[in-house]
Amino acid sequence: MSVLVFKAILVVVLFLVSLGIAAYSTYAERKVAAFLQDRIGPDRAGPFGLLQPIADGVKMFLKEEIIPTLSDKFLFILGPSMFMVTTLMVSAVIPWGMPLEIGGEMFALQVADVNIGILYVLGVVSLGVYGIMIGGWASNNKYALLGAIRASSQMISYELAMGMSVVAILLMTNGSLSINHIVEAQGTGKLYGFINVSGMNWNVFYQPVAFLIFLICAFAEANRTPFDLPESESELIGGFHTEYSSMKLGLYLFGEYINMFISSAIISCLFFGGYNFPGIEYLGTILPHNIVSIISVLVLFGKIFFFIFFFMWVRWTIPRFRYDQLMRLGWQILMPIAIVNVLLTALGITLFGN
Amino acid sequence: MQLTNRSKVVTKPEMTWVEKLYLPAILGGLQITIKHLFKKKATVKYPEVKKEFAPVYRGMHVLKRDEQGRENCTACGLCAVSCPAEAITMDAAERQKGEEHLYREEKYAAKYEINMLRCIYCGLCEEACPKDAIYLTDRIVPSEYTRGEFVFGKDMLVERIDDRVDVSKRKKEYSI
Repeated sequence: MSVLVFKAILVVVLFLVSLGIAAYSTYAERKVAAFLQDRIGPDRAGPFGLLQPIADGVKMFLKEEIIPTLSDKFLFILGPSMFMVTTLMVSAVIPWGMPLEIGGEMFALQVADVNIGILYVLGVVSLGVYGIMIGGWASNNKYALLGAIRASSQMISYELAMGMSVVAILLMTNGSLSINHIVEAQGTGKLYGFINVSGMNWNVFYQPVAFLIFLICAFAEANRTPFDLPESESELIGGFHTEYSSMKLGLYLFGEYINMFISSAIISCLFFGGYNFPGIEYLGTILPHNIVSIISVLVLFGKIFFFIFFFMWVRWTIPRFRYDQLMRLGWQILMPIAIVNVLLTALGITLFGN
Repeated sequence: MQLTNRSKVVTKPEMTWVEKLYLPAILGGLQITIKHLFKKKATVKYPEVKKEFAPVYRGMHVLKRDEQGRENCTACGLCAVSCPAEAITMDAAERQKGEEHLYREEKYAAKYEINMLRCIYCGLCEEACPKDAIYLTDRIVPSEYTRGEFVFGKDMLVERIDDRVDVSKRKKEYSI
């Protein structure tokens, strides 16, 4: 099997998995919301309501497609498409597990091991703002426009703090921007230099502050509560997707959940060791290589699912920020802390080696 | 000028440094919400599981029969008189020979109608009834398409012999 064929299969699988997880995130969102509010949530479609996402999808497709008369038709269609594409693109650089061995050859479970992985992620994520902005602008609706303005200013502001918190991680891995390197570095070496647990050398133990900042920024980037100002239903009707209907609305909603999935994957990779788990070296000695690879993929997905749950958990805990509070938090609190964190990390690395 | 000594000075104390971080408060909130994940759910799965009505619930009326299946109502009209919404009308008739198995006493209601849209479900008809004949039950009044259909006659109100309505919860113990 050639590398190209393997990568093509991986891309298709990733695409389907992303869509599947996004679909079931909508179900999980409703279930978690219900359970946190002492309800039981959707349970009518299939056992435990497991067919609910399919029913929702069918509903979305069958709805009437409305394009406002005074809207910019081309941009109106471009908006959701772009949002969806950018959210899906990020998954290309994430290492989903240890390499698989097929016919004596090793295949990395990563679509593209680009040496500027993190930069690519930040770049594509900032492209995502165009999807929202174009959609809000093309709607020719003041609520949509307000939502779009909020979304763009919020995402641009929080990207800075996010980038700064990532810089601290990059310093830890000798400035390598490849996510693969960052994940591998967390699987080797001893924790704090003396605790000898294989695959436990996670960045979160060294960089809790960077992790917190990155987590908060991920919430803002994915437009999740407490930073869901772009679509705040109670103020702006539906925010940037007020005028959207049918599957174009579906694309926006879906994109949000894929965003959440990808954010969780990146958080897991940068701070929680990606596919590494305690005892990975020991398992490697007693089990065939491919089985350990599959376990590593499952472990990564376990971490991702935890963070998706965390996203939902926080949604039902914290109320929405006011716009000025949001800006204050981003610029006056997170930014300085992130910069100080970078400086302290640099100082620590210079003084104590690695 | 202070009129009473009940007034209270409200102060907003300066937040400490830890409080300003907000993170401990957020963690506390997360703890509270996660506790609810394991709590007993309040939802009743309605069509499958039906919650029992309270004994004081006043739903659709029933005209009772006695143990032998004879109608209790004697068309005395006390219910219609007591009804504040004037929802009840009836026509009385005399029991003929051979109808003893249908009506308990010599007089019975040939027509008995309750306008369910006028009815305010106060239960005064039930209290007025000297013959144990009318009760408000825990059944829900069915929906209809026209106003006329909401005038329920004896076909809707009299309980069926093979499908008795339990009103034991509504029977009151009177002590004089």
